[in-house]
Amino acid sequence: MTPESPVSDPHVLLRVIAKFLIPLIALFAFYVQFHGDYGPGGGFQAGVILAVSIILYALIFGLDEAKRAFPPALIRIGMSLGVLLYGGTGVVAWMLGGEFLNYSALAHDAIHGQHWGILAIELGVLTTVTSVMLAIFYAFGSRQPDIEDGEW
Amino acid sequence: MIQAATTSSHISTIFLDFGLLALLVIVAFAIVRMRSLFAIVMLQGVYSLVAAAWFVTLDAVDVAFTEAAVGAGISTVLMLAAMLLADRESTPIAMKRQWGPLAVVLIAGVAMLYAVPDLPAYGDANSPANSYVGTDYLAKTATEVDVPNVVTAVLASYRGYDTFGEAVVIFAAGLGVLLLLGLNGNAGRYRAEVDGHKLSPEHAPSGSTDKPAAKHSSEDAAHRPSITQFEGDSS
Repeated sequence: MTPESPVSDPHVLLRVIAKFLIPLIALFAFYVQFHGDYGPGGGFQAGVILAVSIILYALIFGLDEAKRAFPPALIRIGMSLGVLLYGGTGVVAWMLGGEFLNYSALAHDAIHGQHWGILAIELGVLTTVTSVMLAIFYAFGSRQPDIEDGEW
Repeated sequence: MIQAATTSSHISTIFLDFGLLALLVIVAFAIVRMRSLFAIVMLQGVYSLVAAAWFVTLDAVDVAFTEAAVGAGISTVLMLAAMLLADRESTPIAMKRQWGPLAVVLIAGVAMLYAVPDLPAYGDANSPANSYVGTDYLAKTATEVDVPNVVTAVLASYRGYDTFGEAVVIFAAGLGVLLLLGLNGNAGRYRAEVDGHKLSPEHAPSGSTDKPAAKHSSEDAAHRPSITQFEGDSS
């Protein structure tokens, strides 16, 4: 994957620009996540955008590099952790005296409880969506060796 | 959120709507007519992006956001990944096999056109979406959830069960893919099989840029020695 000299790399512009863009895309994902209460967005969109930033990394630098950056072991944990976080929030609300997924019971104040609950379940959605999108991409992408440079 | 539109901006919005819808139809026909799968995947991304722009003009920003992120982003990438395992060109289907699908599409289209007059007008205050529980959510979100974006309040709090279900559906989808394919595929050792012959990556359909798909079968015999050589390397 690594070229002998930078000049021989036909995709040097692509790589440099992508390297600059990938952190910005990830940052935007977190903006979408935590600004979802105020504007459009939320856990689902943020999860997809976060996954896209890693998929872009994989497309530009190769799947092996991406797997080093975001190990597949994390995916298996993240997938289930997100759903557990969502369901767990509901169970905690239940234990604290409310109904299942009624966040008002989560804090001393009903509105604070709602805010905490929404924050928690959106985090759960983010974790699950990011992991599943990456799982699907890794699963499909790993079935064929990487395409050599210049064959595109 | 929704402001009373002045007449001039209202007319320009209508023009924008018609322009975007016309663009959608054009892209759809282009997708149907094309043979190169790479171009089709790219055009599907374009289609989603235009659809997202149209959703924005309809004030459905959250839906537009999802359409842009999922339709133009993720599904394009997944289609590309799936395309790597298939040919780069689609083979034309004989006309006599297309009459059935055409009839289904025509009947479905006519049925939808028949249903259009029953739809509420755009922005109708008495439409089902704007009455019953919808008005309740709009009225009570400020005091009960206190989140400026009502969509988030409905999605995460009022309809928390539905969103939980969606998260579980996504989880199940990921689980299904992992069960069927495994997280590592099989670490790149898989070879696409065209016409029952295993191909090495340099002769796989995704690896060849200049050869049409039809030539593969005739070329397989010549390529077989290099396959064994490659599989020796990979192990």
